[in-house]
Amino acid sequence: MTENALRILVVDDERAIRRFLRASLTAHGYAVYEASSGQEALSAVIGDRPDLIILDLGLPDLNGIEVTHQLREWTRIPIIVLSVREEEATKVAALDVGADDYLTKPFGIAELMARIRVALRHADQPAGEPVFEVGDLRMDRARRQVLMAGNEIVLTPTEYDLLRVLVQHAGKVLTHRQLLRQVWGGGYELETHLLQVNISNLRRKIEPDPSRPNYIITEVGVGYRLRAE
Amino acid sequence: MSDGPQRPNPDELLSRVQADERMEARGRLKIFLGYAAGVGKTYAMLEAAHQRLAEGVDVVAAYVETHGRRETEALLAGLESLPRQQVEYRGRVLPELDADAVLARHPALALIDEMAHTNAPGLRHPKRYQDVEEILAAGIDVYTTLNIQHLESLNDVVAQITGVTIRETIPDRVIDETTDLELIDLPPDELRHRLQEGKVYVPEQAAQAIRKFFRTGNLTALRELAMRHVAERVDEQMRAYMQTRAIPGPWPAGEHLLVCVSPSPQSERLIRSARRLAGELNARWTALYVETPDRLRLAEAEQDRLAHTLHLAEELGGRALTLAGRSVAEAAVDYARQHNVTKIVVGKPLEPRWRQLLRGSVVNQIIRAGGPIDLYIINTGPGTARPTEVAQWRPHPPWRRYAQATILVVLGSLLGSVVHRFLAPTNLVMIYLLVVVVAALYLGRGPAVLAAVLSVVVFDFFFVPPYLTLVVADTEYLLTFLALLIVGLLLSNLTARVQEQVEATRRRARETGALYTLSRDLAVAVDLGSVVQAVEANAVETFGREVAVLLPDADGGRSLGLYAPSSDATLDEHEMAVATWAFEHGQPAGRGTDTLPAARLRYLPLSTARGKVGVLGVWPTEAGRYLTPEQRRLLDAFASLAAVAIERVHLAEAAGQVHLLEATEKLQSALLNSISHDLRTPLVSITGALSTLQEDDVRLDTEARRILVDTAAEEAGRLNRLVGNLLDMTRLEAGAIKVKREPRDVQDVIGAALRQVGERLADRPVEIDIPPDLPLVPLDFVLVVHVLVNLIDNALKYSPPGSPIQIRIQPLDGEVAIEVADQGIGIPAEDLDRVFQKFYRVQRPDSVTGTGLGLSISKGLVEAHGGRIWAQNRPDGGAVITVALPLSEAVDREGKTP
Repeated sequence: MTENALRILVVDDERAIRRFLRASLTAHGYAVYEASSGQEALSAVIGDRPDLIILDLGLPDLNGIEVTHQLREWTRIPIIVLSVREEEATKVAALDVGADDYLTKPFGIAELMARIRVALRHADQPAGEPVFEVGDLRMDRARRQVLMAGNEIVLTPTEYDLLRVLVQHAGKVLTHRQLLRQVWGGGYELETHLLQVNISNLRRKIEPDPSRPNYIITEVGVGYRLRAE
Repeated sequence: MSDGPQRPNPDELLSRVQADERMEARGRLKIFLGYAAGVGKTYAMLEAAHQRLAEGVDVVAAYVETHGRRETEALLAGLESLPRQQVEYRGRVLPELDADAVLARHPALALIDEMAHTNAPGLRHPKRYQDVEEILAAGIDVYTTLNIQHLESLNDVVAQITGVTIRETIPDRVIDETTDLELIDLPPDELRHRLQEGKVYVPEQAAQAIRKFFRTGNLTALRELAMRHVAERVDEQMRAYMQTRAIPGPWPAGEHLLVCVSPSPQSERLIRSARRLAGELNARWTALYVETPDRLRLAEAEQDRLAHTLHLAEELGGRALTLAGRSVAEAAVDYARQHNVTKIVVGKPLEPRWRQLLRGSVVNQIIRAGGPIDLYIINTGPGTARPTEVAQWRPHPPWRRYAQATILVVLGSLLGSVVHRFLAPTNLVMIYLLVVVVAALYLGRGPAVLAAVLSVVVFDFFFVPPYLTLVVADTEYLLTFLALLIVGLLLSNLTARVQEQVEATRRRARETGALYTLSRDLAVAVDLGSVVQAVEANAVETFGREVAVLLPDADGGRSLGLYAPSSDATLDEHEMAVATWAFEHGQPAGRGTDTLPAARLRYLPLSTARGKVGVLGVWPTEAGRYLTPEQRRLLDAFASLAAVAIERVHLAEAAGQVHLLEATEKLQSALLNSISHDLRTPLVSITGALSTLQEDDVRLDTEARRILVDTAAEEAGRLNRLVGNLLDMTRLEAGAIKVKREPRDVQDVIGAALRQVGERLADRPVEIDIPPDLPLVPLDFVLVVHVLVNLIDNALKYSPPGSPIQIRIQPLDGEVAIEVADQGIGIPAEDLDRVFQKFYRVQRPDSVTGTGLGLSISKGLVEAHGGRIWAQNRPDGGAVITVALPLSEAVDREGKTP
């Protein structure tokens, strides 16, 4: 653990999970701090000043959503929530309350690392560069240009906005609600069909195989994510 | 009947044993009996109560009337008293016994004064003695007071003595073998002294009457009556004691009395006399009513009186019976012979003399036919009006029928006038006989008699010389006239009788038929609904009354619920309370019974040998008539049949459930075995691989490590999927899957599913065919992705590596179909349906991984969407599974399209 290592707070009541996370994260050069309950987490954030929090949603005392909510009242520290399968509603709720990303247990360490990287990157530079590139996709927000494998793609204003929001949060998951709010406005949070249609159209324009999308990934039950790397 | 003087009658012994048994559960009744008010019964009762209290018995004064006497009040003060129920009636507040309070308090002994008292309207029972019976049935002992004149069987004797008819009587059966009687005696002079001193309670209204009552002569006679009654009881008890211990004694031969009753008012006195006689002879007795052809159609008043008489007989401890027969004497003697009757009791005949001469009086007939059976003729007092006419058996207005009879005679005469030229006048008599027969058959007795008389007159007038006069030239014709008249009358009588008998037979056949129809309908009724329907339909047909079946609710049977009432009327709280009472006590209640007679319906408990099943409620007819005794018996038979049928349905259900339980248990153990195996198998590889990696003293090269680790990871993934499947299955079974449909893009679904399958797709080409402009489909994204993942996994498993998987979307009428096809070995034709069953795996030579839950889960999820799923074999090899999801938005909470 070097002095400049980024600090990660791991919050989970299962000792085995904390153990393996500590081992893996340390191996990747992070400084790891632990908390085993919601209350502990809240104090640890103040005490240990982590750069990122990995938060299990199934805590014994305060539930993870409550913890996220309380943290978001005063800090923008990136939070990645861990949850079991079949609890999509809880994940969505956590994301809507302010968590940055999620992982479904059991997960592979590679996935976790990717999410951590994305989260930290966004925390570091919220505004982002005007030009975004991933794979064959290139979006120049300054010039309002979208290119796929060098060819310019013509998008409707809505499709453009949708892509722009996705790019803004590239690599992070965005819930349906978040997308609808940011692209269409606050009153449209329940109009999922709007979102669906536009995602579909967007995919058809930029994805080489719209049936097996490579860039705009569907996060089942949660929302969508634009690949960042 | 006794086998001999030594051996006690086994029937009697049995009834004694049963009485003893009943006594165990029932409370004991002790009556402080006196011959008049003021002898000191209440005082004695309280004294006895104090003695019991000193012995440590839990005594409670439920209702004690002190009438303001200081000595009595003093005694009462030392006992725990229950507050009285204040009942409002016609602007006055009457204090009454609170039976429910006694039952709730449940003391060992309750003191209840004045057992013969009539309760104020609105209470559960009309009479206090019924409250006492209820309290005894609950196992509470009771002390009570009673005056001798309140006994039903002595009612008329007391009336004779005192000139006062007491209305508040209690039936003799309340005082059975288990009751203690304590005679409270006081010399009449002392009693009169007390009256003068004002120590005896005298209600102001009745002062005059009471003073008349309290004449010395009266009091002495009453006193003797009371003493004699108690002495008889002692005698009885002694005999009973001797009997049970087989002590040889002067056994009277078991006497059996038969009393013949009629609808006349005299029968009531006859019953009472018979009861006394039976008591003196220590005989059992039966009241018999013989339904002869001329009694087949009784007026309503007579029917009611008869029902009352028979009811009274049962109250007084006898048996009541109705038989059909040609004549009273014949039926009575027949019965007497069959049942070892020793004495027949009849009332003084009331028939007019001429009828007796004509038919022979009942008395004579019995004497002649009875043989060794004694006949007792009881004088039942001054006769009242003659028995009323038997009602006509056609409802048309009588005058019309008489007019029709006249017309018939006219027609006959017309015919006769035609035939007259060819035949001798005497032959015309046949025509008139025909007319009379027709009149008797279709018009009734009266018009037939008119026809007979008219026929004679017309015959004489028109057809007998000298014509057109009533004079008869040839006296032979007189014989003809007489014959015509007599035959005519006989015919009319006979035919009318035959008709009435036929009617009665038909009626009986109807009743038997009704029972048969009901039992047949019940036999084919498989569920509760059909049973209730059968009962209701048959009740309407047979009694012309609607019935309601009340069954205990599923909440442990505490409350009753009306089962699918056929009529629109409902039962209010009060009615339900009455019904509940009938249910709990296993006795009829409501209209026409002793208990809560103010209710609208009559409630019969439905019970079988195994227990209570429900309650049958009978609505009154529009006319508000009460049920006749026959109808009541028929109704009881109905109730028994219904109860048995309902019980049968319940038992069948229970049996079915037991079956189900057994089958479920078997399946469960098979499942558990299978699951246990499937869960452990991946763990074997994981544990094996990791433990190898753990070992220090084994040299593994990177390649070997790599393989072990990959194996462990792969198996862990498999285990994860398996656990997921099991959880899904559990959730599906528990109905915990909530389907939330939103309009989504099917292409999105497929893409997400393929991504989830991920590595397992590896080198397999996937061909996707989606029509353009496919609308958004309402679906639960998560669940449908799940389904597709299962289907894709399935396709991967059962097709050779490298073979393509094809996914195709097809819009159907009102649905969207998603097909997942492989090029594997396909599914055996007979298994195309069975693949969707839990844990089903197609038989394959090489082992296939997976528990066989995938397709079953898919089916469950698809059906929760209101969709369909089916499997087919492709013509060019391989299987295709199709999921069809409805496009309509309307889906009910279970996810099924209506």
